[in-house]
Amino acid sequence: MGDSAYSFSLTTFSRTGKLLQIEYALNAVANGRTSLGICAKDGVVIATDKKLSSTLVDTDQVSKVQGITEGSGFVYSGLGPDYRVLGESLLVGFGLGVELVRKARKSSQSYYLQYRENKPVSQLVKSTASVMQEYTQSGGVRPFGVSLLVAGVDADNTPRLYQVDPSGAYFGWKATAIGKNYVNAKNFLEKRYQDDMELEDAIHTALLTLREGFEGEMTNENIEVGVVSNVDGKFRVLTPEQIQDYLDEAN
Amino acid sequence: MSILEYNGAAIIAMAGKDCVGIACDTRLGAQAQTVACDFRKVFKMSDKIFVGLAGLATDVLTMQNLLKFRQNLYELREDRELTPKVFSNVLSNLLYEKRFGPYFIEPVVAGLDENNQPFLSGMDLIGAPVYTDDFVVTGTATANMYGMCETLYKKDMEPDQLFETLSQALLASLDRDALSGWGATVHIITKDGVTSRELKGRMD
Repeated sequence: MGDSAYSFSLTTFSRTGKLLQIEYALNAVANGRTSLGICAKDGVVIATDKKLSSTLVDTDQVSKVQGITEGSGFVYSGLGPDYRVLGESLLVGFGLGVELVRKARKSSQSYYLQYRENKPVSQLVKSTASVMQEYTQSGGVRPFGVSLLVAGVDADNTPRLYQVDPSGAYFGWKATAIGKNYVNAKNFLEKRYQDDMELEDAIHTALLTLREGFEGEMTNENIEVGVVSNVDGKFRVLTPEQIQDYLDEAN
Repeated sequence: MSILEYNGAAIIAMAGKDCVGIACDTRLGAQAQTVACDFRKVFKMSDKIFVGLAGLATDVLTMQNLLKFRQNLYELREDRELTPKVFSNVLSNLLYEKRFGPYFIEPVVAGLDENNQPFLSGMDLIGAPVYTDDFVVTGTATANMYGMCETLYKKDMEPDQLFETLSQALLASLDRDALSGWGATVHIITKDGVTSRELKGRMD
């Protein structure tokens, strides 16, 4: 990035006023593994399909649901266009998500140093979105090829779910899905969502929605679920055993 | 001569029942010469947070502006008010950033938290905080003020009684310090508002 030969912005306007790089980045997201989130009245759940293209991959080592602060976590969607090619594109999408997680964690700790309070999820979203926006307007870099779903309990104890896109735009959602099959997933969610939903129902619904578009059998090994409840305000990733309990209920 | 004693100051903050008081002298001097008698060192950051800055006058003014700057940005970004505990930490952080070339001030923070309970903190010039539930003092007459506070302080004073105690503690301390005095201001903060009064003392 320090090389002056690449000091120009790679994201440039088209004649029609679009930023094609960002559109293409959104396409990369739409081709990625499905992720979804539901905001209940007493907590938030986020979940993703963790299926990888080869049975030889050790799924324990791959983690797309990551805690950022004590009270918030991310999940990301978006791999390279041809996800069947293991290696480059998988690592690129995965790697970019990891980079955002690192930056978010560091900025949250900085916040705590300054204010002696945990960074509220709404602030976390704003700063992460700001980072993603920088990559659309800096020299020698390209936009992130991932969208994030951010779940957390805010400063005023309300549960919140946000989506952050490669452009740096962010949206608050009651429930949403991103990645492959997101249209069907969102329709399913629209039918099932209720404003006064409780967290347990939300987790149940999330699993059902994930199963709708799932290729093959959904097990506790090939999905990941993250939950934050406003009772204790702590974000945690469910263990396979806990996921299995919910799956058993759903069956 | 210490830089912290160049201009002179005396500030006490005290906790009462569901209220806090903070008082300061109003002298500004250049060593022995008195230059002004209306230089207040206690600043209102919000209805529930007051900060007292004792030390070099230029740094007192600079820090007041810096704190306002940080507070405004926080409130715009987070769409909520600063609490005294967080404000105290912001101040501590600001001071430590200048660890090897510090601001010559020793501040105290007095306020009411989210439950309208008293909050007090004091710190040194590089931001080391101390949190107390009775009183904090700072300035050039700390020895006098500690003595007066220890003697006069009682727990759970109502606002009127707190005013009396705080005023007497400050006035007596000022009289024995050459560098502070020339007038005093007292603020009593409760959940219903702030009452500020000028004290009549020896103008010497």
